[in-house]
Amino acid sequence: MKVTFTVNGRPTEADDVWEGESLLYVLRERVGLPGSKNACEQGECGSCTVYLDGDPVCSCLVAAGQVQDREVGTVEGLAQGDTLDPVQQAFVDAGAVQCGFCTPGLLVQTHDLLNRAHHPSDAEIREALSGNLCRCTGYEKIMDAVRLAAARKADARDAAPTGLEG
Amino acid sequence: MEFLRPATWEEALAVKAQHPSAVPIAGGTDVMVDLNFDRHRPDALLDLNRIHELHTWQIADDDTVRLGASVPYSKIIDALPDRLPGLALGARTVGSPQIRNRGSVGGNLGGASPAGDAHPPLLASGATVEAASVRGTRLIPIDDFYLGVKRNALEPDELIRAIHIPSATGPQQFAKVGTRNAMVIAVCSFAVALHPRARDVRTGIGSAAPTPRRASEAEAFIRAELDDTGLWTSAGELPLSTAKRFGELVARAAAPIDDVRGSAAYRRHALAVMARRTLLWTWNDHRATGRAAA
Amino acid sequence: MAALTKPKNLQDVAAPGRDGVGASPLRPDGILKVKGDFAYSSDLWHEDMLWGMALRSPHARARILSVDVSAALAQPGVYAVLTHEDIPGSKFYGLEIRDQPVLAIDEVRFHGEPIVIVAADHPETARRAIAKIVVEYDVLPSIGPVEALDPERYGYVHAPADYKAHAFGNIVHSQHIHHGDGDSAEVRALADVIVRGEYEVGMQDQAFLGPESGLAVPAEDGGIDLYIATQWLHVDRQQMCPVLGLPPEKVRLTLAGVGGAFGGREDISMQVHACLLAQHTGKPVKIVYNREESFFGHVHRHPATMVFEHGATRDGRLVFVKAEIVLDGGAYASTSPAVVGNAASLGIGPYVIPHAAVDATAVYTNNPPCGAMRGFGAVQMCFGYETQMDRLAAELGLDPVELRRMNAMEQGSVLPTGQVVDAPAPVAELLRRVKEMPLPEVENWRTADGPDVRELPGGLSNTTHGEGVVRGIGYAVGIKNVGFSEGFDDYSTARVRLEVIGGAPVALVHTAMAEVGQGGITVHAQIVRTELGVDQVTMAPADTRVGSAGSTSASRQTYMTGGAVKQAAEAVRAVVLARGRDRYGWAPAFAAGLRLAGGKALTAAGEVVADLVDLLGDEPVDETTEFRHRPTEAFDKVTGQGFGHVQYTFCAHRAVVDVDVELGLVKVIELAAAQDVGKAINPLAVVGQIHGGSTQGLGLAVMEEIIVRDGKVRNPSFTDYLIPTILDTPPMPVDVLELADAHAPYGLRGAGEAPTLSSTPAIVAAIRAATGLPLNRVPVRPEHLTGT
Repeated sequence: MKVTFTVNGRPTEADDVWEGESLLYVLRERVGLPGSKNACEQGECGSCTVYLDGDPVCSCLVAAGQVQDREVGTVEGLAQGDTLDPVQQAFVDAGAVQCGFCTPGLLVQTHDLLNRAHHPSDAEIREALSGNLCRCTGYEKIMDAVRLAAARKADARDAAPTGLEG
Repeated sequence: MEFLRPATWEEALAVKAQHPSAVPIAGGTDVMVDLNFDRHRPDALLDLNRIHELHTWQIADDDTVRLGASVPYSKIIDALPDRLPGLALGARTVGSPQIRNRGSVGGNLGGASPAGDAHPPLLASGATVEAASVRGTRLIPIDDFYLGVKRNALEPDELIRAIHIPSATGPQQFAKVGTRNAMVIAVCSFAVALHPRARDVRTGIGSAAPTPRRASEAEAFIRAELDDTGLWTSAGELPLSTAKRFGELVARAAAPIDDVRGSAAYRRHALAVMARRTLLWTWNDHRATGRAAA
Repeated sequence: MAALTKPKNLQDVAAPGRDGVGASPLRPDGILKVKGDFAYSSDLWHEDMLWGMALRSPHARARILSVDVSAALAQPGVYAVLTHEDIPGSKFYGLEIRDQPVLAIDEVRFHGEPIVIVAADHPETARRAIAKIVVEYDVLPSIGPVEALDPERYGYVHAPADYKAHAFGNIVHSQHIHHGDGDSAEVRALADVIVRGEYEVGMQDQAFLGPESGLAVPAEDGGIDLYIATQWLHVDRQQMCPVLGLPPEKVRLTLAGVGGAFGGREDISMQVHACLLAQHTGKPVKIVYNREESFFGHVHRHPATMVFEHGATRDGRLVFVKAEIVLDGGAYASTSPAVVGNAASLGIGPYVIPHAAVDATAVYTNNPPCGAMRGFGAVQMCFGYETQMDRLAAELGLDPVELRRMNAMEQGSVLPTGQVVDAPAPVAELLRRVKEMPLPEVENWRTADGPDVRELPGGLSNTTHGEGVVRGIGYAVGIKNVGFSEGFDDYSTARVRLEVIGGAPVALVHTAMAEVGQGGITVHAQIVRTELGVDQVTMAPADTRVGSAGSTSASRQTYMTGGAVKQAAEAVRAVVLARGRDRYGWAPAFAAGLRLAGGKALTAAGEVVADLVDLLGDEPVDETTEFRHRPTEAFDKVTGQGFGHVQYTFCAHRAVVDVDVELGLVKVIELAAAQDVGKAINPLAVVGQIHGGSTQGLGLAVMEEIIVRDGKVRNPSFTDYLIPTILDTPPMPVDVLELADAHAPYGLRGAGEAPTLSSTPAIVAAIRAATGLPLNRVPVRPEHLTGT
């Protein structure tokens, strides 16, 4: 079957999709966006997290046909050209990236968290990220990165003229 | 494999009637795991995502929540914690935040896994499942819904449209044991709901029998105990011994097995502890609410 | 055939920045990784590529009566269906003993053993083809670790005629160590107190997140190019060439992005399968395991049963130790012999004990093969001996940390192998440091709005609001070797090139080191900046065009390939400075005293004598060197004596836990560590290693186990093999010591594994403190804590 949807703002079409394929497979193997990762394919690791109509979901558990006419946002869409999103920059700066396989999913999930909560407590961060497994870091540097990103985003809001905040 | 994408509820029923073996898929959090790991190859998938009404809920005049089958758990947590506190607590333990953005009560019921986190609160609330087919609509009391391991009362041409759940009239609790502090399937779980107006207490046991089930003997015991001691009226302290006995009876109502997630003996033990604790939490909340209202 | 292009997305990693040794520059691959642009092995794609897949045995032990692949072959979209009969060369491989069939021959020895491989145009086509293959089995009772020791009665995992190398019967390898007078009656008489304990460690999985995967591309010369996630390119190739019937120059491996390893990629998995399918079809073949297949596709940590006896004087001096260890090696040898060597030689812990008798044995069974995992034989032992130390302290009425400090080894101590420790061994100091760290808040779960379940045992599952919660504190310390031991010729190769590009000096580093996430490439750039005084360092992709770097394991890469990069950079510097002699007439002694920094040549006093750009001119300097650590020797087979290990590394932990003693649920509140790293080449990365290692130890303590019953794996999924989430993992304060080891580059000490050792016993000790239970097995399950 054919699936037409929007990825990172771009209209996208995938042909010859097998009906049992996941959104994750379509992204990785059909539309050239392998950033979302294939670590468990059963919703138990969060590495494949993408936005679906604005909500973070495990793309391995979305059937390809379900995204027809819908909007998908992936890790590849977080940066504005060469300018990293503050969440991406904080993960690099804080040492939250080792092997990096969990990173794309964590970035999308953190991006969503910081859109919803400007000053999350540690417990809120842990609850929000409890569906994203990381095997390398022990999560400490990930906590640092989320705190750093939250602080930088707060600084940016303070510096921005009022009224611009969305 | 076919991928069927009805745009309306009526169309969905028609498609299901034509393809009774089609597997409904909403959040995909169960169905896709089976597909990804080659455990199941249905003839057709019946996508329910386009049917908007399944993602909505209404409050009836009698305060019953008519919860669309596809309302994701995250919405229940955010929007309905006051009306459906037990279900909201259960919802918060479902999988991960990402899963909660997709998974729904309709999916839990459709799969009818004994480990589903929504089942115990639905049992304790006295919910009703609204099932429909081209033949018509029927309301299935939750007590009659679960028939066996991953088997439910739906006919092959039926789909779950909504779940009718009475708004809470008293405190409700949910607890589940898993061997991890998040993102874990229930080793066993328990829900309790106080229904002060009806002077009733209802329960739900998860993952400790072939189906989710109520602990009827425990319910009868605590109902009688509260009546006999006049505690509903006095709102006095619930004796620990009563809560313990309640826990024992809940454990006795279970029929657990040994598996990789836990032993049968542990499941019984944990149910007894959770039942005792959650009963005390709800009762103490009830007393506190009564005092606050007085 | 059209010219084959490089697979999409495989890129060189450029390393900007200016930071040298001791700083924490950012990872050169960090930006790519956060943008989703870093090409992991599973991300590779090639025009016309096929998907490979394996049919695996559902039985632990069975004779294969017949294999019918005809229906699979007949399916449209299927390009190849291969059994062992289609293998052009040798049918076996193995890291230490070549005992493992590439595809099962007449017999399967473990649940998940590959029997047939398929190449098809889509994963689903391959799955459907696999489903059509008919294999007839004669299922046999599986041999477990107990049965393995009585082969006359229960049978042999491998036919006796097949035993190779030093294996015999069902014994893969044994090592005895006799130190002092062992555990003789005279020695026993010296002890006022003897504590005996039996301990068990379950089968742990590396659970790296990036599944086994790679892309094999047939080349025009009849060879194969393999883009692969591995820990050791050259030894993959060494095992593959005989199977493929190709000489090494025709089997070219390039490292693709690796999603973690932790030992699980030390053995080959899908490498040969992908190459065989590519060879057979003439098309590129990609194989990507799913999570279930990943559990079957790599070796695990050896389950262990251990019996310890410790004798001590009334005042707490250790007199003797006796240890008997049986490791379940599973169906094939993998690295079992080396794991046995570690278990035996490190089995008494970082303590001075005048008399010791240690026996370690790995057995063949019909369980999943076990081999390398972070900590490699030392993890299991640490759980045993540290539990013993706690029990001994209790028996003697001593503080457990004090008992450890009294008996702690130090520089100059003699190990039971007779080896004298000739570098700092700050065991007592590490214990002192973790003990003196401030303790975390009590009842941190109380908030103004009531209990915060996220801070309580059970977490979001809402099982307690404080009821039944008891706090406990526990300590542990461990010892791990660094690098390859027992006389292995351990070396690493590095090539460093220095040239002027765009008017600036630029260095290129080329090694075959597997960057698996640990940050080795960051460290290599730091070393080159320090040695050559340049800002710009480019890392060439790791591949087999350069010599072996050894494995990314045994905490060895910063020492070994870091050492090789340092040595190559020094060679480059010598050539550059020699050019100054020609160009500027420097006296040899003057040139030898110069250093390179900030793009200049400077005297020791800091006077600039030349610009590096001028010294280099148009002619690049390109040097390749092999670096070796000082030689080790094999342990004597009878006595276990020998200078077996090149370096030792130590970490101590203090764990603070809250246990719901009624439900048997555990919340680790804090896990503090102190570790000596000799020299922190990159402090940020070192702390990251300690955090990560500690967390894997936490997993082993309370949740991680591959459950095997009668040879069958019961939980090959992330639904039932649980690893810690961020809500299971506590704050982890880390205290890093830097006591230089004079034998090592920059004085550094391998850092990756030590934290995995002591984390587990420290957490279990804390749980014991909270519950009063003996807890002789890990992972600790709620059943153990509740007596159910």
